[in-house]
Amino acid sequence: MDPMQAIKDTFFQECEEQLGELETGLQAMEDGTADDETVNAVFRAVHSIKGGAGAFKLDRLVKFAHVFETTLDRIRNGQLQPAVPVMKSMLRAADVLADLVTFSRDGGALDDSRSNEVIAELSAHCEAKPAAQEEPAEEPDGNPFAALGWEPVAVSLEPVLNQYEIVFKPKPELYAKGNETTRLMRELARLGSLTVHCETADVPLLANLEPEQSYLSWRATLLSEQDLAAVQAVFEFVDGDCHLDIEAVESAAETAPEPETKAAIEEPKAVAEELRAAAPALREAAKAEAAGTANAAQNTIRVDLDRVDRLINLVGELVINQAMLTQRVLEAGAVKNASIATGLDDLEHLTREIQESVMAIRAQPVRPLFQRMARIVREVADATGKNVRLKTEGEGAEVDRTVIERLADPLTHMIRNAVDHGLERPEARTAAGKPAQGEVRLSAAHKSGRVVIEIADDGRGIDRPRVKSIAIKKGLIAPDAQLTDTEIDNLLFLPGFSTAETVSAISGRGVGMDVVKRSIQALGGRISITSRPGLGSTFSMSLPLTLAVLDGMVVKVADQTLVVPLNSILETMKPKGGEVYGLGPDSQVIGIRGGFTPLIDVGYELGFRSHRSDPMTGVTLLIETEGGVRSALMVDAIQDQRQVVIKSLEANYGHVEGIAAATILGDGRIALILDTDAIVNASCGRGTPSEMLLAG
Amino acid sequence: MSMKILTVDDSRTMRDMLRLALTGAGFEVVQAVDGKDGLDVLEREDPQLVITDINMPKMDGFGFIEGARRIDRFRVVPILVLTTESDPEKKQRARSAGATGWIVKPFDPVKLVDVIRRVAA
Repeated sequence: MDPMQAIKDTFFQECEEQLGELETGLQAMEDGTADDETVNAVFRAVHSIKGGAGAFKLDRLVKFAHVFETTLDRIRNGQLQPAVPVMKSMLRAADVLADLVTFSRDGGALDDSRSNEVIAELSAHCEAKPAAQEEPAEEPDGNPFAALGWEPVAVSLEPVLNQYEIVFKPKPELYAKGNETTRLMRELARLGSLTVHCETADVPLLANLEPEQSYLSWRATLLSEQDLAAVQAVFEFVDGDCHLDIEAVESAAETAPEPETKAAIEEPKAVAEELRAAAPALREAAKAEAAGTANAAQNTIRVDLDRVDRLINLVGELVINQAMLTQRVLEAGAVKNASIATGLDDLEHLTREIQESVMAIRAQPVRPLFQRMARIVREVADATGKNVRLKTEGEGAEVDRTVIERLADPLTHMIRNAVDHGLERPEARTAAGKPAQGEVRLSAAHKSGRVVIEIADDGRGIDRPRVKSIAIKKGLIAPDAQLTDTEIDNLLFLPGFSTAETVSAISGRGVGMDVVKRSIQALGGRISITSRPGLGSTFSMSLPLTLAVLDGMVVKVADQTLVVPLNSILETMKPKGGEVYGLGPDSQVIGIRGGFTPLIDVGYELGFRSHRSDPMTGVTLLIETEGGVRSALMVDAIQDQRQVVIKSLEANYGHVEGIAAATILGDGRIALILDTDAIVNASCGRGTPSEMLLAG
Repeated sequence: MSMKILTVDDSRTMRDMLRLALTGAGFEVVQAVDGKDGLDVLEREDPQLVITDINMPKMDGFGFIEGARRIDRFRVVPILVLTTESDPEKKQRARSAGATGWIVKPFDPVKLVDVIRRVAA
């Protein structure tokens, strides 16, 4: 790849990080929990974006970032108080900045009116003329070397030579900052022809010589086509650290420099070298340590995702191979040999550790995802006239990168819903005795090998009678259906359900909670809802930390080996006589602790068997589907419980109803991983009323 | 041996750009991510020239320069600050901290090398 393009990619990646920082910082400032460092971090974020944007000549981005930065600088200096209106503008500015970054990266259309509006707002806060009219990227007076660039200048055939008389006496500070006379003189010489004379009269005897003092001064005559400013620019870095007098003598005759004075340059240089040699801190001392130690900026490296995925795949193969080896050794009876047994144990331990480490490479904190949600909340709140604050918790929780990517859409949707449907308007809240400002809480936490993400609002809660009546009206449930509160809440996840009577621009995008649910399920997750009338609703998603492995129960069904995801199994049991009841010709239920649960014969359902087997001969697995519906799956026997590497069936073969994926077992055989939800849904056409309609 | 330059900048973009421009010009480049890190790398790598950003977390450019100047063998090593501002006050502050000169962002690789040549052999 073109190195500049690679850097540009890095820049945009970094922009995302900076925008995240910005968002977090501004939130803290708005909440009043910000300290000086927060404000600095916010400033730095905008400043960095501006700096990089300048390098890539992204002028609109630079222009906007500059105004934003100017305002932030005022706040940083205490010249501007971050009052509510100012903070509102800042948050808007952060959104515009994010849009500009996206525009700069992806192109497309961009409406300038919004950014101009925000620029005007910010400038008004600064009580200054719109800073945008400055051209920050150019910084004409700021670039001291513009004059040194060797661009062609208008030249007459007979060059006009200017003569400058320069008197230069460095102060000790000049040397203390790493500047050197020789270099300055060399720069001067580049401007034209130079003669230099060194004054050494002030140099004391060696005994009296202070190594840190400056005793030398120089007189130079320069003949150059350059103007005075160019000559002054040479001394720019040492301004104030020397006595300097540059005098332009009226256009001199074309005199060549006298050759003998050239030697004078060598002489003071020698003196200067002596002085330097006398000084204690010399750069010669600096050669002691050789290079070779790793350097700190390289604590992180960037790796192509493809390579990581390849590594993960290979580790998957390794796990399978290790399991196969163990099994073969076992079969060969060699495990009686203690050293082989220990070796196998070690290998298994190491394999597991490698696998975990490799998985960790793909893991990323959910923070950037959460940070993006702040903007969604703000936009929806603005559009609906609500006063909302987003509280985030557990942003550090790490999840597989793919899970995070695929979580963005459903999460956005749920956040929109929470603000648009969940929360009341300020008046209604006040009337209900709640604070006018509503709260949406977004949290992430690791729980037993999964990550649980919750979106909770303190709004009105689910209006169950209304949900039920809508569901009846839309024909989603039978008019006389008796449903529990949980079942009513779960109606929200049915396709074609939308509680908003008028489809608003915000939530009504043709995406319902059913799509959200399907996306979460596709990630191997489950979603549930709890709601208390008047107090709010909570959506809870439980997601796997990785999509590459799965804890499963290995079961036997009609001579087939299948894997059931462990997270869906509540308990296992062996049915006793009298617990199983027939329900019509086609279905059975099992009595468990006083209740009845549909019994599903997996072998029959998947077509491995043409008739049902006797429940007494098998084992049942009590499972719970994403919708909270319980069913009992009947299998012939349980063989093992283990972690399996998921191999996509879709990618290698095609989608099979009731099967989620495949895996390779220790003995080398391929086993299918059950999609318990699909099996229950297919079978429960003969089950509960709501499920029946869902399947239809 | 080519001159070893330390770049101190919290922005990966800027670090990458500096590395590209400097290695392209034949310099050896070592990097640090903020002022604190800069001081560590400085001692370990012994660069002959330093280019540092000003706005950085943990320790800013001013703090870094002051720290570097307190280390005996870096008292006179040229240190250039990177700045997007033409703000004279900022340049002045950098110089009082001990900076040798400055480079204005966005920089042109040719000019960058020009400035380096001005302050180092």
